[in-house]
Amino acid sequence: MKKLRGLKLNHCKNTENFATIDFPLPKTVRIPMAMTMGAPCQPVVKAGDEVKVGQKIGDCDAPFSAPVHSGVSGKVTAISDYLTANGSVCKAVEIETDGLQTVSEEVKPPAVTDKESFIKAVRESGVCGLGGAGFPTHIKLSPKTPIDTLIINGAECEPYITADYREMLENPEDVIGGINLMKSQLGIKYAKLAIEENKPEAIKNFTEMAESDDTIDIVTLPSSYPQGAEKVIIYNSTGRIVMEGQLPSDVGVIVLNISTVAFIYRYMQTGMPLVTRRLTVDGNAVGEPKNLNVIIGTPFRELLEFCKTDMDSVKKLIGGGPMMGMSLYSADMSVVKTSNALIAVKSYDERKTSACIRCGRCVRVCPLGLMPADIDRAYKIRNIDELRELKVMLCMNCGSCTYVCPANRKLAETNQLAKTLIPRK
Amino acid sequence: MTKLKVSPSPHDENYTKTSHIMLNVVLALMPALAVSCYVFGLRALFLTAVCVAGCVGFEYLCRRIMKRDNTVGDISAVVTGVILAMNLPVTLPWWIALIGSFVAIVIVKQLFGGLGQNFANPAITARIVLMVSFPAQMSHWAEPFYYQANGGLSTSDVVTAATPLVTGDASYKDLFLGHVGGCLGETCALALLIGGLYLAARRIISLAAPLSFIGSLALLSAVSGGNPLYEILAGGVFLGAFFMATDYATTPITTKGRIVFGLGCGIITFIIRTFGSYPEGVSFSILLMNILTPYIEQLTRSKVFGAKEAVKNEG
Repeated sequence: MKKLRGLKLNHCKNTENFATIDFPLPKTVRIPMAMTMGAPCQPVVKAGDEVKVGQKIGDCDAPFSAPVHSGVSGKVTAISDYLTANGSVCKAVEIETDGLQTVSEEVKPPAVTDKESFIKAVRESGVCGLGGAGFPTHIKLSPKTPIDTLIINGAECEPYITADYREMLENPEDVIGGINLMKSQLGIKYAKLAIEENKPEAIKNFTEMAESDDTIDIVTLPSSYPQGAEKVIIYNSTGRIVMEGQLPSDVGVIVLNISTVAFIYRYMQTGMPLVTRRLTVDGNAVGEPKNLNVIIGTPFRELLEFCKTDMDSVKKLIGGGPMMGMSLYSADMSVVKTSNALIAVKSYDERKTSACIRCGRCVRVCPLGLMPADIDRAYKIRNIDELRELKVMLCMNCGSCTYVCPANRKLAETNQLAKTLIPRK
Repeated sequence: MTKLKVSPSPHDENYTKTSHIMLNVVLALMPALAVSCYVFGLRALFLTAVCVAGCVGFEYLCRRIMKRDNTVGDISAVVTGVILAMNLPVTLPWWIALIGSFVAIVIVKQLFGGLGQNFANPAITARIVLMVSFPAQMSHWAEPFYYQANGGLSTSDVVTAATPLVTGDASYKDLFLGHVGGCLGETCALALLIGGLYLAARRIISLAAPLSFIGSLALLSAVSGGNPLYEILAGGVFLGAFFMATDYATTPITTKGRIVFGLGCGIITFIIRTFGSYPEGVSFSILLMNILTPYIEQLTRSKVFGAKEAVKNEG
């Protein structure tokens, strides 16, 4: 089977050997209520309330959502409006920490008796895909079709980020424990742990750990962006093709991020919901790149200062990787559940966009075989039939086309704009 | 950190620019230019300079008059100029070369919207226009090394030679090293091969079209009882295959499409050379395939991973 490949990127995994450091407790945190895909939560606390570590501070009735918990103990100072990186506005709970970090009495290992209570516990943990997309995990765990394979995504294909890699090195037992937990609770027979080949140490460790278990298979993915994309990782580890309009569960697989699985394992032991996360702080404006374990709601500015960043030189802040991460409009934004990296760079591309020379580089690198150059043309003249035929809806916005374009055309962005022209059925 | 730049992803880019690509193409043409200076004398360099200056000048003026952004910086006009010069006989008067530049840049390229929008290869079209308009001057081939005999830039008393495609008696060695009559750049197969392979190694061109072009021509001439090696070494096959059948704007974008394009070029070249009244068919074959390119593209689109076949909506 020919594996799907894409771009060769500079990995820049500068922090891969840096053990995770616990970030000191900030004075205040500001926890947004919309951190995952789906409906935003509403605060269940009000200004003046005392909160403790692990206490639920936001929830929502909609099934497609995940609750929000406090990672600090202290006093709620305000409920304010918060502009998220994707442009929507939600409520945020501002908490002044008291430095005691008293753990809430709500925090206790959940009682899991069957599949249903397991999935309910997963929702209560507030977890979402920790790889960056932020899809509420409990939704993935309750598919309509039978699942035979669980794929654990350890690709971490974006440059700079080493958060998942550190999880693999520092907590391998949690990863394997989480995989076994998922398999037994959900009745899934096989698991495949897919890791990109630029992480030989992790591959070696897990191969040894899973040697005696033939239901867990370690898959080595080529080092070629974007291996971590759902459709790509499914095909490259199982050979199954998720067709247009299908979900991974339609081909019998569930894909979960490696840190998510390890977190769920720990949650089932301790009952401590998702209130901290590991993230990589890197980029050419950062003096001392680090992997940090940070309480969700901490302002990014404190992380940058902690990592000796030359704040005046920062031109662009990216929450996530350089390929698919979101631009941050201010350093005062908060660490959210999906923040797997914070990248501060001194410069950005200021070249003007020039005419398409039809060199075909975008077509060559698209992992799905789309033709961004043609989509660009069709978008310009608003040819909706042509856009449909070019399958623009399948674009996953990996950014490879924009990356390689010699004319500096923003092809990935055009693809997203083109999608909006196609009426939904 | 006064102001942060906010933009959609990706935030990182590869810094190969259009001008880098064009510069590499110019670089790849340098061996051929050097050989033509050696074989045909310094007038080859002069003619190239006229074409480049003409192309760049017309590009600048044209953009200026049309009140569009100045695109001279992308170096594509230089590429057109050098390739055009490679397609001209060394004895050609400079003003004809200038007309060629005008046709290439103004008529073929800018009037259709500039870089990437032209449907036909500017240099090839200019060559054909000149061939039809000035048939005598365009087929006035100089004997190799003539300049050593009368030592200078004079074009009046050049010994004329026929191209090896007409005579059919040049040795393979002469063909390979370019010691034959013909256009500036098309005589030395070795120099063109070096340039072409350089571009392929830099991943600037794909070898799909050149290989299928040269391969199909060789195969057809072998089948028809001709001399395949002579056929591909003589005339403009290497220049056309490596530098013009790989032009981005006027050839298909997918590998499948490029193979079809190359096959078409090979077949048409063979037909013109064998049955036509022109001894050389490379230019016409590329132009004809340029015209077919949009249709080839329609039929050779890449298959999208996981896409459902479109359901034809009847009625």
